[in-house]
Amino acid sequence: MADLTFDPKDVAQLSPSLVDGHPSLHDVTEAVSIHTEIETHRNWYIALAISGSVTLLLGSMLAYLISTGIGVWGNNNPVGWGWDITNFVFWIGIGHAGTLISAILFLFRQKWRTSINRFAEAMTLFAVACAGIYPLVHVGRPWRAYWLFPIPNADLNMWQNFRSPLLWDVFAVSTYATVSALFWYVGLIPDLAIIRDRATTKIRHTIYGIASLGWRGSATHWKNYEKAYMILAGLSTPLVLSVHTIVSFDFAVSIIPGWHTTIFPPYFVAGAIFSGFAMVITLMVIARWVFKVEHLVTITHLENMNKVILATGTIVGYAYATEFFIAWYSGNEYEKYTFINRAMGPYAWAYWSMVSCNVISPQFFWFKKLRTNIPFMFVLSIFVNIGMWFERFVIIATSLHRDFLPSSWGYFRPTIVDILTFFGTFGLFITLFVFFTRFLPIIAVSEVKGMMIQAEHEKHYLPATTASTEPVKVH
Amino acid sequence: MIQIEGIGNQTGKKFWRSLNELSSTPKFRQWLGQEFSEGVTDLLDTGSRRRFMQLMAASMGLAGLTACRRPVEKILPFAKGVEGLVHGTPQHYATVMALGGQAHAVVVEAIDGRPIKIEGNKNHRLSNGAANVWAQASVLNLYDPDRSQKVIEKGKETTWEAFQVAFKGMNLADGDGLRVLSGAVVSPTLAGLRAGLMAKYPKAKWVEYEPLNEDESLAGTELAFGDRLRPQYDLSKADVVVSLDCDFLQLDNPGLNVIREFARRRKAVDTMVPAGHAGGGHKAPAHGEEHKAEHKEAAAPPVAASAAAPAEPRAATPAGPGINRLYVVESNFTLTGAQADHRLRLRSSDVSSFAADLARELSALPQGLKILGQSDKFLAAVGKDLLAHKGRAVVMAGPRQPARVHALAALMNQVLGSIGETVSYTRPTAAASGSGIVALAKEMAANQVKTLVVLGSNPVYTAPADLDFAAKYKAVATTIQLSSEVDETALASTWHLPESHYLESWGDAVASDGTVSLQQPLIEPIFQTKSAIEVAALLSTGTIGKGYELVKTQSKLADAAWRQGLHDGIVAGTQASVVKPVANAKAVEAAVNAAPKPAAGLEVTFFPSASSYDGRFVNNAWLQEAPEPMTKIVWDNAALVSPKTAREMKLEDGAVLSLERGGRKVEAPVLIQPGHADNSITLTLGYGRGKVGRVGTGIGYNAYALRSSDAMGIATGVTVTKAARTYTLVTTQEHHDQAGRPVVREASVAAFKEAPAFATHEDDHVELFQLFDAYDYSKGNQWGMVVDLQSCIGCNACLVACQSENNIPVVGRDQVSKGREMHWIRLDRYFTGTEDDAQVVHQPMACQQCENAPCESVCPVAATVHSPEGLNDMAYNRCVGTRYCANNCPYKVRRFNYFNWHKDIEEVSKMVFNPDVTVRMRGVMEKCNYCVQRVQEVKIAHKVAGRTPIQDGDVLTACQQTCPAEAITFGNINDPNSAVAKLKSNNRNYTLLHELNIKPRTTYLAKVRNPNPELA
Repeated sequence: MADLTFDPKDVAQLSPSLVDGHPSLHDVTEAVSIHTEIETHRNWYIALAISGSVTLLLGSMLAYLISTGIGVWGNNNPVGWGWDITNFVFWIGIGHAGTLISAILFLFRQKWRTSINRFAEAMTLFAVACAGIYPLVHVGRPWRAYWLFPIPNADLNMWQNFRSPLLWDVFAVSTYATVSALFWYVGLIPDLAIIRDRATTKIRHTIYGIASLGWRGSATHWKNYEKAYMILAGLSTPLVLSVHTIVSFDFAVSIIPGWHTTIFPPYFVAGAIFSGFAMVITLMVIARWVFKVEHLVTITHLENMNKVILATGTIVGYAYATEFFIAWYSGNEYEKYTFINRAMGPYAWAYWSMVSCNVISPQFFWFKKLRTNIPFMFVLSIFVNIGMWFERFVIIATSLHRDFLPSSWGYFRPTIVDILTFFGTFGLFITLFVFFTRFLPIIAVSEVKGMMIQAEHEKHYLPATTASTEPVKVH
Repeated sequence: MIQIEGIGNQTGKKFWRSLNELSSTPKFRQWLGQEFSEGVTDLLDTGSRRRFMQLMAASMGLAGLTACRRPVEKILPFAKGVEGLVHGTPQHYATVMALGGQAHAVVVEAIDGRPIKIEGNKNHRLSNGAANVWAQASVLNLYDPDRSQKVIEKGKETTWEAFQVAFKGMNLADGDGLRVLSGAVVSPTLAGLRAGLMAKYPKAKWVEYEPLNEDESLAGTELAFGDRLRPQYDLSKADVVVSLDCDFLQLDNPGLNVIREFARRRKAVDTMVPAGHAGGGHKAPAHGEEHKAEHKEAAAPPVAASAAAPAEPRAATPAGPGINRLYVVESNFTLTGAQADHRLRLRSSDVSSFAADLARELSALPQGLKILGQSDKFLAAVGKDLLAHKGRAVVMAGPRQPARVHALAALMNQVLGSIGETVSYTRPTAAASGSGIVALAKEMAANQVKTLVVLGSNPVYTAPADLDFAAKYKAVATTIQLSSEVDETALASTWHLPESHYLESWGDAVASDGTVSLQQPLIEPIFQTKSAIEVAALLSTGTIGKGYELVKTQSKLADAAWRQGLHDGIVAGTQASVVKPVANAKAVEAAVNAAPKPAAGLEVTFFPSASSYDGRFVNNAWLQEAPEPMTKIVWDNAALVSPKTAREMKLEDGAVLSLERGGRKVEAPVLIQPGHADNSITLTLGYGRGKVGRVGTGIGYNAYALRSSDAMGIATGVTVTKAARTYTLVTTQEHHDQAGRPVVREASVAAFKEAPAFATHEDDHVELFQLFDAYDYSKGNQWGMVVDLQSCIGCNACLVACQSENNIPVVGRDQVSKGREMHWIRLDRYFTGTEDDAQVVHQPMACQQCENAPCESVCPVAATVHSPEGLNDMAYNRCVGTRYCANNCPYKVRRFNYFNWHKDIEEVSKMVFNPDVTVRMRGVMEKCNYCVQRVQEVKIAHKVAGRTPIQDGDVLTACQQTCPAEAITFGNINDPNSAVAKLKSNNRNYTLLHELNIKPRTTYLAKVRNPNPELA
C-alpha cells in the first residue's frame, strides 16, 4: 500500500462497494492467506496435473523444434513469421494489463485497482514468460540466441546491429520483464510477512521469512517501501507504453505494406491493454469464485475493467478504420491492395473474425446490464482474446503473404506443432498461476486493508493519519 | 567419421573426401593396383585413427612417387594453364556430353580431381560458352548414389570378369540372332566399332532408337529435297521467323546458337532508337526534372504516353538490322510461344493444314482451298510479312509435326530465298532415329533374336507402347544391357552392366552441325563402370577395350592435333559442309494432298520434359526441383489443357484425366494453361518411372504408356474421361498476373520508338530526402547487374547453374509445396493479355543487392551487411535466423534453411559441392551474392599479379556465364566502359520497385515486342 494523501474529493472515490459485506481486517487476512495455509486441496493437484501435462507438451514441442528446425512450423517464404511472432505479440499484449493496473492506475489513484493488481501483475509476469519463449526459439539457431544480447562473447566479437527493431525488442521486453517482476515482488513483501507471521511450521516460517526480506512493518519500512513502490510505478508507466510501441516497431519500421505504418504504436498499446484486461476478466471471474473472494473483487472492479475494454476496443476499431482510410488516401497501390486483400483475400476469414471479436463484441459493454453480467463478460472476454490473437495473425500473415511482387505470393498454414506449441504456452501460463494461487496471496492484503482503514477513518472524521498504518493484527 | 571403405574395392558409397582427391587421380589408382594389389585395400578397410595416420603417411609418399612415374596415358591437358598442381585450384577441361542425337560441348571445372561445375565451351559454335539445363545438371548424375554400380546377372550382383567369361561362352557364330540396340550413335568411335562388329558378325543387326528423334524432320527433307538433310538455322540473319509447332528455344532446340542468335536480334531493338542517357536508369530523365520535389500523382501516365517524352530526337535510320519478328503456331504454350510477337494457338494436328495454307499464301504451292479457314487474317499477315522479307525470313517445323510439314517448311524456305541465308542444310553423320525399334520388335516377336545387347538406353521404358516391348524383351534368350542406372530394362535383362558417366570415360561425339568433340574423363570411374565404347569393343573383339586407345585410334589424329582437340574441345575442320538442295514442289504437293484430313476432337501431344528430358534425368534432383518454365510445376508432369477445354470438360487444376488409346491407359493430373490450344492435351514424357532412385521413384505419370509407334508426336482418337481422384500439383508460383503492377515493363516497337525510355515513365522521379550522408560508392569496383528481359527466354539454365555453383540444396516436392524452395534465382513468369490469347514474360529474380538494403537494417546481429563494393553480403556463421530480413525483402529473394537439407546426403553426393562456397547449415538465411567467390577469386588473382585493375568480363557470375540468350550482364558500374555500365544507361533500363528508394544494383531492361501492325 502506498502513501497517498487523499484530497477530500478522493474520498468520494472510496466506494464501499470495492469491499463488500464489511469484513474486518482479520477477515481479509484470513480470506486471502488461508489458501496458502490449508492442506493442499485435491483439486489443486488435479489442476496442476492438467496444466503441468500441457506444459510438458510445450516442452516436448520446443525440444522437437530445436532439434529439427523451424520447418516443423508452417513458416515459409514469403511468410517468414507465422504463429511464432503472432503468439509472442499476443502474450506480450496480455501482459500489459498487469502493469497498467499496478502502475498507471496507481499513479492515477484509482483505488479500485487494489483488489486486482496482484493478480494482474502475476498475469503480466506469466504472460511475459510465455511471450519470451518465442523470440528465443523462433530463431533458426536458438543455441545462438544469446547473440541478440550485447554481452561480450568470443563467437561474435562485435556489437549487435542497433538499427534493428528486433534488438530494441530485446531491450524493451527484458526491461519490462525485470521491472514488472521487481514491482510485483516489492508489492508482495508486506503480504509475505503476514504469511510468515502466521506460519505454523518452521519451513514455512523460514521460506516466507527469507522471501519477505525481514519485513517488520516498522514505520521506516513502510516509508522505504512506499517510496520504492512509487518509483517502480513511475518506472513501469513508460514501459507500459514503450514495450508495445517497440514491439510494433518490428512491423512499423519495415517496408512491407500493412506493416509500414505510423499508427502502429498507439494502436498496439491500445490493443495490448484491450487484450490484457480481457484476460484479467477471464481469469478473475474464475479466481474470485474458486477462492471465494467475491467480496474483495467485486462487481464494481469487473465493471470498471469492462469499461476499459469498451474504451480500448473502440480505439482498436478506430485504428482499423484509419488503416483502411490511409490505404485509400495514400494512393499507394501496394498499401491499397494489402487492405483489400485483408478484407477480401484468402485470409478474409481471419480478418472478419478479428473485426467481429474486437470491434463489434465490446460494444455490448455500453449496456450496464451486460457489463455487470458475469457469465456474459466471461464469454465476451474470451472473444476479445480470440480477436486480439487474430489481430496479430492478420497483421503478420496477411501482410507477408502478398507483398510487392505477385510471383512471390504464398500462403501460410500452421502445422500441428504450431498449434500444440501455442496450446502448450497456455499450459505454462496456467501452471504458473496454479503455483501462484497456492503459495502467494492472490490479493494485495495490505493494500486492501489500508483502503478499508482509510475508508473507516474518513467515515469517522478522524484526523487524517497516514494511510500506511501497519495493518496490525486486529483481534 | 572416417570411412575409408570402398576406395580400393569400390564396394561402398562412403568416401573419405581428402583421400579421395588422391584416389581419384588415375595415376595413383593405377599405381595402387600395380604395386599393392592386396595390402592397401585391406588397410583402407579399417577406420582406426592409427591406420589413418599410417595411411596418410603412405599416401603422401605415394603422391610424391606418382610424379616420378611416367604416365601411361596423357589424358588431362589443362585448358587453362596451371603450372604444377595447386590444391584447391580449379582446373578446366573441355569435353562433350552426348544427349539424344545431340552433342553439347562443355568445359568442366574440377577441383582436386572432382568435377563440380559444367560450363559451355566457348570454342564451340553451338555453345559459345553457354550450357543448357541438362548439361549443367549432368554433373549431379555423376555423384548419384543410385547409379548402377555393379554388374548384375539375373538380379544377382557379380563382376565384369564373370560377364566376360560368360560372354566368351556365348556362341554368337556369324551373329545370327545377335542384335544391338543403342541410342543415337553420335560417337564416331562407337560408329567405327559398330562397323567392326558388323564385319565380325555379318548377320547381326544394330538398331538405333531415341524416343525423341528427328525422323520426321529427315523424312520431310527427303520428301522435299530427295535427300535426308538437317536444317541449320542462322537466326542472326532472320528478320521474320515462323515457327510451326517448333519450340526451337527450348524443348526442340537444335543448338544453343539458335537461342543466342535469336536473342541478339531481339536485343537489336536498341539500334532502332538513339542511345539512352548516361546513367538513365538511376537518374531522372530530363523531362522528369520538372516533377522534382513535387509529389506526383499515383496514377502515372501510361506507358505509351508519347507526349511525355518530346525531347528525344527520332532516329533517322535504324543503325542495324533491328528487332526480328516471331510468329508461332503451336498447341502447347512453349517458351518459344512466350517470345512470340504473334502466336496462333492451334491444335498440333491442325498445324499441317496451317503450313499448307501458308505455303499457298506464299505461292509455294498452287492456290487451292484453304484448309483451315479460321485464321485468315493471321495467315495473310504472316504470308505478307514473309514475302516482304525474302532472304531474311525462315520457317521452322517442330519434330512432332509429320514429314510433310517439314517438307513444306523446306519448300517455303526455298520460295523465300532463305536457303543459304537463314537456313542451310547439311547431311547428318549421326541422327536420332526412332523407327528402327519397330522392326526389331517384330523380329523379337518372331523369335529371331537370341542375344540382344542394349547399349545405354532404356527401351523397356521408352519404346512405343504398342510394341509391348517389355514382354518381348523378357522373352529374348539373352539380354545384355549397359546402363548408368538400374532401370526398367536392367531389371528385365539377363545381364546388366553399369555404364560410366561421360565425365569418367573417354569418348567422342559429333554435334548437330557435324563438329566432332572429344570426350575426356575428369575422374576415374567412381564405381565399377565401363563406357559404351569399351563394351562395344568387347562385343567386336572379345575383350573390354581401353577407351583412350579406342578414341585416339578412331580419331586418326596426330599427337599435336589430338592434344589440340582435347584442349579446344573440338576437332578443327570437322564441321559438316553445306549442301545446296532444290526442293521438289510437286512431291510436297502430292504428299500434302494425300495426307488425311486431321481428325476433329481432342488430340494428345507428347513433349519432352524440361527437366527429365526423355526420362533419363528423372533421378536428378536439381532438374526435378527446377520449375518447369511455363507451368512452374516441380517434381511432376501434368496434362496441360486450355481454359476453354477445361470448362467444357469440367476440369479444374489437379483433376485427374484418364486417357485411353488403343486399349492403353494413362492417368494424368490436369493443369489449366492459359494460351493453350483448345481440344488439345499436352503430355510430358520422362516421368512415371518405376524404382529409379531416391529422387525419381514414383514421380509423375508415364506418358510413354500412351505413345505408340504410329503417333509418336501427336495422337488423335484418344478417349478422355475424368477420373474420380484428384491430385495436387506443386508449383513455385501461385499468382500468374502482375496485379496491375509495373513489374515486367513492356511496350511495342512503335511505342518504344515514340518513347524510348518508356520503362521509367511510370516511376516517380523524385529524389527522396536522405537523412544521413549516403555511402560513397564512387570508388573502386562497384558491382552491378543488368538483366535484359528482352532476351531472357526463361529456360532455367541460370537457375541450375546457380544451384551448381552455390551448393544450393534441394528440398523436395513437399517442402516446395510449403514454399521453402531454396533457389537463389527464380524465374518469375507472368501472363499478360487474355486467358485465351495470353502472352508470357519471364523475369529472373535474384537478390538485387540494394544500396539501401531493407534486409540489412533489420538484422539484429548484423549478419547481412554491405560491402564497400556494393554487395549485400551474407555472413552465414553470424546469422541466428530471425528471418526478419526475408520478411523485409520486397523482392522476397532470401531463402531460409528451415531444415538441415544436407542431412541425408550420401558421401558420394557431397563430392559435387563447390569447395569455394560454404554449405549452409539449418537455421540460417542465404541468398544470391553475385557469386562473390568468383569476384574474390579474380580479385586475388589480380592482386597477386600486381594489382592490375579488373577488366570488364574478368568476373562472370554463374548465371551470366551459362545464359544462352546473353540476358545477364554483370560488372563494374563504376567503369563507364563496362558492358554493364553501358546497359545501365540503356533506354530500356529500369529499377524494379524504384519507388521504395532502396537503390538495387540489379536493374532490368524492359521488354519490347514487335507486333505486326496489320494484326494490331
